[in-house]
Amino acid sequence: MHDSPVLKIRAIDAFYGDFQALFGVSLSVDTGQVVAVIGANGAGKSTLLKCIAGLMRPARGEILFEDAAITGTPAFEVLKRGIALVPEGRRLFPSLTVEENLLIGGQSRRPGPWSLARVYELFPVLAERKNLPAPALSGGQQQMAAIGRALMSNPRLLLCDEISLGLAPIVVRDIYARLPQITAEGSSLIIVEQDIVQALRAASHVFCLQEGRIALHGQAQDLTREKISAAYFGV
Amino acid sequence: MQWLNVILQGVLIGGLYAMFAAGLSLIFGVMRLVNIAHGDLIVLAAYLSLLATQAFGVDPLASLLLVVPVMAVIGYALQRGLLNYTLGDDLLPPLLVTFGLSIIIQNGLLELFTADSRKLQAGAIEIQTFELAQNLWLGALPMIQFVVAVAVIAGLQLLFYRTALGRAFRATSDDQAVAQLMGLDTRHVFAIAMALSLAVIAVAGVFLAVRANFDPAIGPARLIFGFEAVIIGGLGSMWGTLAGGIILGVSQAIGAQIDPGWQLLAGHIVFLAILAVRPQGLFPKVSG
Repeated sequence: MHDSPVLKIRAIDAFYGDFQALFGVSLSVDTGQVVAVIGANGAGKSTLLKCIAGLMRPARGEILFEDAAITGTPAFEVLKRGIALVPEGRRLFPSLTVEENLLIGGQSRRPGPWSLARVYELFPVLAERKNLPAPALSGGQQQMAAIGRALMSNPRLLLCDEISLGLAPIVVRDIYARLPQITAEGSSLIIVEQDIVQALRAASHVFCLQEGRIALHGQAQDLTREKISAAYFGV
Repeated sequence: MQWLNVILQGVLIGGLYAMFAAGLSLIFGVMRLVNIAHGDLIVLAAYLSLLATQAFGVDPLASLLLVVPVMAVIGYALQRGLLNYTLGDDLLPPLLVTFGLSIIIQNGLLELFTADSRKLQAGAIEIQTFELAQNLWLGALPMIQFVVAVAVIAGLQLLFYRTALGRAFRATSDDQAVAQLMGLDTRHVFAIAMALSLAVIAVAGVFLAVRANFDPAIGPARLIFGFEAVIIGGLGSMWGTLAGGIILGVSQAIGAQIDPGWQLLAGHIVFLAILAVRPQGLFPKVSG
């Protein structure tokens, strides 16, 4: 069903100074696939995304994107290759308006299906508030703007770091309900989540990180609650 | 009428101070870098203009066509080759490096051009005046200088709030890491900002050199004027910077009118008073 993987990670190790955050992590993502990376606080989920996005350089191992090595490529180059990150905590630019935030996401001018109009179609509330400064949005709207901003670069692979963080469950469900429209355009997704229920529902494949190592992975429907909690908590 | 004249001259010189300040404010706004060499770069631009007028026999104002791009290239190279390496969480390294740069520029100019005072000759335009009202005179050159200053400030304001480059400046200023995630090479964005700052400096330097005598040692005092105008106006606001320059210029003119020795003192006193009463400046940037 899937052709060759869009992203392939081979045994990466990553460090913060002397502290090793990732130990030989390998995973792959197929075209159009939604992969969830779950795990407790400090398990290395965000570190993994930072390595892929080019914000951090793995000490060992290799990251291949569309069959080309991107290990250690700086973030602004990684984006131009077609990987966009929705950072944890949304991190919109506070001195820019909502629309300016979206436009800056699209300033790399990668061609593709996403445009200002398409993002407003996906998240109509952003169109109504496009001229407001970004901090004037509610948490859920900010998350939508952060996702929209990343989509503006027409990524082949979208990395979402904790999109449910600090949001009401109903808002989280609303945002997750729109993810299929993103994959329908051919983008693959890696979602990092602490909200396991949401992650399992959205993803076809799940990787569970525990203290920097992949403790468990498999098809989402094959993973039982017991297996996940064993991997999640290490019991 | 005499006082009105004094205030008018102060306003016009304020345009020059606003140009000193605009480049300083731009750099601090985009990359949190306090450029101690700013004043010396203004003097460097004045000497470049001197060289251009001597070599090509052109008018100082025409030399801007050469001095502005040359200074912009120097700015880009300086940022890419040196200052980018000093940026980080700590404000001290860029402060020390630009302080060193200030000493190098001053001594380099001293070596090349000696300590002699120079002045650029702009010809007849220097002494042309218009009588606005009875006993109220306006010089052509200060007038041009003020109009150019307003145009520079307006141009920067437009660039910041109406263009993709300005958006990139503001985004990088907000959050460098996320700006990189948007595909912005922040080292390049910073270098463009420095190039722009030095282009503004070039204009200021040439007007300074036409207006009064200059020598290699006058840079630091221009830096102080620039700082004072930025702080009076409020950080991050271009129109505030213009207002700051005008307030400083008018204060100095009034001080000089009371007693010629009071010119600089009056400017400093007004600056200190505003710093004490309104430390955020008169027109600080409104942000969320």
